Amino acid sequence: MFERIRRLVIKEFLAIFRDPASRMVVTIPPLIQLFVFSFGATLEVRNAGLGIYNEDGGLLGRELVARFWSVPITFSRIVPCKNLHDVQEALDTQRVLAVVHIPQDFSRALQSGQAPTVQVLLDGRRSNAAMVVQGYIGRIVAQFAQESGMSKDNRRDRPPQLLAVTRVWFNENLHPLWSSVPALLGILTNLVALLVTSLSVARERELGTFDQLLVSPLRPGEILVGKAVPAFAVAYLEGGLMVLVAVTIFGTPFRGSLLLLAAALFVFLLAIVGIGLWISSLAQTQQQALLGSFTYMVPAVLLSGFATPVENIHPAIRWISDIDPLRYMVAINRMIFLENPDPSVVLPYVWPLVPIATFTLVSAAWLFRHRLE
Amino acid sequence: MEQENPGVLKTEATQRAGQMRNRIRLRCVLALARKESYQIFRDPSSLIIAFVLPNILLLLFGWGISLDLGYIPIGVVVENRSTDTSRIVAALRGSPYFMVREADHRNELEPLLVGGRIKGLVVLSQDLSARLNAGSAPIQLLVAGSDANTAELIVGYMETVLQKDRLRWSEEAGQPLRSGIINIEGRVWYNPNMDSRSAILPGSIAVIMTLIGTILTSLVVAREWERGTMEALLASSITRAEFLLGKFIPYFVLGLAAMLVVALVSVVVFAVPFRGSWPVLVGVSAVYLAVALGLGLFISTATRNQFVATQAALIVGYLPSFILSDLVFEINSMPLPIRLLTHILPPRYFVSALRTLFLAGDVWDVIIPDTLILCIFAAVLWNLTIRKTRLTLE
Repeated sequence: MFERIRRLVIKEFLAIFRDPASRMVVTIPPLIQLFVFSFGATLEVRNAGLGIYNEDGGLLGRELVARFWSVPITFSRIVPCKNLHDVQEALDTQRVLAVVHIPQDFSRALQSGQAPTVQVLLDGRRSNAAMVVQGYIGRIVAQFAQESGMSKDNRRDRPPQLLAVTRVWFNENLHPLWSSVPALLGILTNLVALLVTSLSVARERELGTFDQLLVSPLRPGEILVGKAVPAFAVAYLEGGLMVLVAVTIFGTPFRGSLLLLAAALFVFLLAIVGIGLWISSLAQTQQQALLGSFTYMVPAVLLSGFATPVENIHPAIRWISDIDPLRYMVAINRMIFLENPDPSVVLPYVWPLVPIATFTLVSAAWLFRHRLE
Repeated sequence: MEQENPGVLKTEATQRAGQMRNRIRLRCVLALARKESYQIFRDPSSLIIAFVLPNILLLLFGWGISLDLGYIPIGVVVENRSTDTSRIVAALRGSPYFMVREADHRNELEPLLVGGRIKGLVVLSQDLSARLNAGSAPIQLLVAGSDANTAELIVGYMETVLQKDRLRWSEEAGQPLRSGIINIEGRVWYNPNMDSRSAILPGSIAVIMTLIGTILTSLVVAREWERGTMEALLASSITRAEFLLGKFIPYFVLGLAAMLVVALVSVVVFAVPFRGSWPVLVGVSAVYLAVALGLGLFISTATRNQFVATQAALIVGYLPSFILSDLVFEINSMPLPIRLLTHILPPRYFVSALRTLFLAGDVWDVIIPDTLILCIFAAVLWNLTIRKTRLTLE
């Protein structure tokens, strides 16, 4: 039995690696994607355009404007607006993300101890960035207000204040790369495993070679194992390579246990290979297999917590994220890379993968046998 | 003389062949298109791809991707209970964003930051009330940075909650904060309620159509080669342009129909406003479909092998258009080389045009450049595809 499986495994490896195009597709793009996407996946706001509509002729207004000039990393372009028409145009054409409107009586009101109102106009088409930038502008204005109030020597009348001092653990400078690389590691190993498995049966079915496999002494279960092993091996190796690249080239810290990560990745890839074979045994043609792969891949990534936190998902579809293997793997990767967790903390994320893997592999075997007719 | 003659003849022959190759006979195109349509209707998966999948994806984008913080577990450490601390704890508990766990010592809660059992921690120190009476007191906010994006959101929301509490409290105490305060009035244009879904959905249509376009066409030419039916076509007098047009038209019609259904569903079901005009939407979508389907056809002709074509489609069809299109992640914030790379990826232009059309209206300064760039993409892709198309057997 092992001999038969071994031969099938060799044949499957050859099927992937004999064709130069196919060899290329499985190995190189995932690494390139790791490079490109890790830098891309950030919700920080940098290099944004900011419009300034200053109607106030006074000194304080100019000082506030100067504050915005002094943060060139966030606001690399400051666009002065002379009137509402300019404001409209700057926002419409997306040259600026936000416009700060300083009213006519700003300096006077601030000097006389009243609270003037600064208006912030935001581009709601880019609501995420707008929200981040609103908080940012708010902080700049609040700091300015505080400092200009201090200089006025009225500290005694001021009500007590709370000052928030923020500290970040695990990723002290909130480097986006540190959290995107571990997440992408999960996503891309998933992609590789799916690329290889989801087509394997559909392809043979379409080429007619599947019948040859059936008349061979191989039993359905053995065929399944033979198809699973190469995909698993390729994805697992690719995953290891990505860990290496993450640590050496990206300089991501690796604080947890490599053994734990290896074990988690093992169970995770079993689940993915199961899903891939499941798609493959359902699909009659390669187009259907492609459709199936996308139908899995899109929600898996969207609901994995990679782009936005799992808690933000609408309650009606949150259950999908509970059965999404990628969600657990993304969490495990981030934990092991950055937090050095105790195994007892990681295991609750590994256990859900076991029933998922069992279910997909067993049902793939069942489907496989029952779609033979 | 005699040596020249064959040369002249040859150029004439190539010219004639060239004319033949560039000629487009409507009858041939339509015949091929009809054959392709039969194939679409025979395999239900094409219809599922065009009409069922896009709407499922729309739902996933609408409900799955959101930056509106939802019920994040955080901890509060109260080292010394007082009226001040209970007010702050109540404010955090009262906000819809946080699920609060309380403890007296930071040692009890800090370990929970590992593994994300709580994602943030507010520390109210021993001397909080004393220092507040003296003027100002620090509050420590600790967040787990392993998900940098979420960490930033949490800090922002925590600060907002604390600030709101402070304003309300000083008003109640009869000491409205006046000096040293500048009110900020945020106003969001195009999307006044800052509805994350309205901002995400129009852009996500671009990702969805890229996906659909590549799935639909990435296999159509490779399939003919693999099944051997291409040889039958080679034996006919069909030209390259006729062949590609015949493949393109049915999927174009299908894709445009799918596009309109998705746009309608997002307006009617998800209540996304549509402030532009529908003919413009149809026009821009048609151009984008030419790009997306062109990409699929290019993959298909270049690989000639369904297996490789499918793998290529899986790689280019989804993640690049999701991550590098400005949909969730700001392109402006990316490092320069990646920013340059996004300029040669078509989805970002469609995302920008769709967002503007849905939320802002027909802003020609945005829509015309975007459409022109997409036209260039279409021209380049089609040119490459035509060059790659071989109607001969080696």
